[in-house]
Amino acid sequence: MKNLINGRAAKPLSSFAYVGVLPFLFFAFAFMLLPSGVLLLGAFQDAHGRFTFANIVALFDPSILKSYAISIQVSAATAVGGAVAGFLLAHAITMGRLPKAVRNFVVTFSGVASNFAGVPLAFAFISTFGRVGMVTFILKQLFGISLYDSGFNLYSFWGLTITYIYFQIPLMVLIISPTLEGMKREWREAAENLGAGAFRYWLRIGLPILLPSLLSSLVLLFGNAFGAYATAYALTGGLINLVPILIGAQIRGNVLYNPNLGYALALGMVAVMAVALAAYVTMQRLTARWMK
Amino acid sequence: MRKRNFWSWLWVVLAFAYFLMPLIATFLFSLRGKKGVLSFLAYRRVFEDPQFLSTFGFSLEMAILTVIAGFLLMVPTTIWIELKLPKLRPLIEALSYLPFVIPPIVLVFGLIRMYSRPPFALVSTPALLVAGYIVISFPYMYRSISGGLQAIHLKTLMEAAQSLGAAWVTAVLRIVLPNIRSALLSAALLTFAIVIGELTLAVMLAWPAFGPYMALVGRDRAYEPAALAILSFLLTWLSVAVMHAVTRGGERSDSGAGAVH
Repeated sequence: MKNLINGRAAKPLSSFAYVGVLPFLFFAFAFMLLPSGVLLLGAFQDAHGRFTFANIVALFDPSILKSYAISIQVSAATAVGGAVAGFLLAHAITMGRLPKAVRNFVVTFSGVASNFAGVPLAFAFISTFGRVGMVTFILKQLFGISLYDSGFNLYSFWGLTITYIYFQIPLMVLIISPTLEGMKREWREAAENLGAGAFRYWLRIGLPILLPSLLSSLVLLFGNAFGAYATAYALTGGLINLVPILIGAQIRGNVLYNPNLGYALALGMVAVMAVALAAYVTMQRLTARWMK
Repeated sequence: MRKRNFWSWLWVVLAFAYFLMPLIATFLFSLRGKKGVLSFLAYRRVFEDPQFLSTFGFSLEMAILTVIAGFLLMVPTTIWIELKLPKLRPLIEALSYLPFVIPPIVLVFGLIRMYSRPPFALVSTPALLVAGYIVISFPYMYRSISGGLQAIHLKTLMEAAQSLGAAWVTAVLRIVLPNIRSALLSAALLTFAIVIGELTLAVMLAWPAFGPYMALVGRDRAYEPAALAILSFLLTWLSVAVMHAVTRGGERSDSGAGAVH
């Protein structure tokens, strides 16, 4: 039915119809595709515009490799941690028979907290877990526990991770709740009537149904953390060399004075995202086959 | 059943302990501006700083420009492909979601390289900043608008309006837009919330915006940053609360999955 209408409407104005999308295509080309493309091209050029692989080779410098390693570790840890905790919370509010008010509050709060990021989030965590933060202070005064003497540091891998988790969990709640809502309670009851316990229900029914959404949430959460610049910048002031921080330093021109290496760093970031996406597509294809 | 209820409560309580702790701690911290007593001194200092108002005003202006220009670009495009070119939908959708793959720091790097010398020397104009913000808000705008359009049976509405004699433009302006107004509002508020405190583009393009101002305060002061964090949280809460209040009316709502950091 739909195709019939489309087919009929599309014929008389097929060439004219394309004019309607030109502004968007032009804008996307001029301010997204072209700048990124020029950047990626620059990764293969030297200062005089000649073709070279030197910048790509320079990426394998141990200090730069370490930056990629830390960035990937923080993103992967917060993606997995945020996904697990977010899933449990989403499961609790969709299937846990909690009052509707609790559910609505959690969803609204998630909308707020997933957008509460960047500089203010860094400030909140500094005021909480920083050297003179409230929780650090209270732990020391009331319980005699010194966070910083026991090895904790907000400006480290773990500090970044607990801070990023603050926006990762609510994002997961928002992404996965609709899928969980779609799972009918009758399925579980039917499985239970047929003698399946909770474990078997999740293994044979719950997980296979949820797997595609879980995978896509993981990739989205990973990308969300991997591209984060503002939170890291305000939190560590550049103490931890995440890749976005390195690129930022390159743009400001205060480190290596080699913009082409900066382009290569950017290329590396896009490449990591592309690998994450490719892994997602492959896994989704595999699960689709497996589910048949 | 009882048992499941217990675990659900436990998770919700644990989650809220984690979510509320930094907020409470930050609020208490922000009250310590005056030695020995709790006071709102830090908040007063924030509001008295002329830079606060000027940078916030600048970001507000950029946010409004982004919403207006973004709507002028995205709304007609999305309506057009739904009505006339459904086969181009995958392309527009892919382009709209592409900013998820290009981190803001990479985008702004490209914009600077592309537009810092003639013939396209745009770097010193706010137009480039707004253009960058529009790109960042592509995914949120597209998702809200196309979600809104899918919920209203656009084709049927348009055919009905046109068979009653309305011109194409009239039908879009008088019938379609009013019917997706809550989707539009949620897209606008989400974009607004993202642009107001945005740091990466503003700092790299050297604009006196609210994000870079907050970062600067964070470097120089002790209690004012905590006050700013609380104020930002309230502002975000306000945007999302308005969004939820408006989208509750049955239309498929986008709960505001956002976050560009």
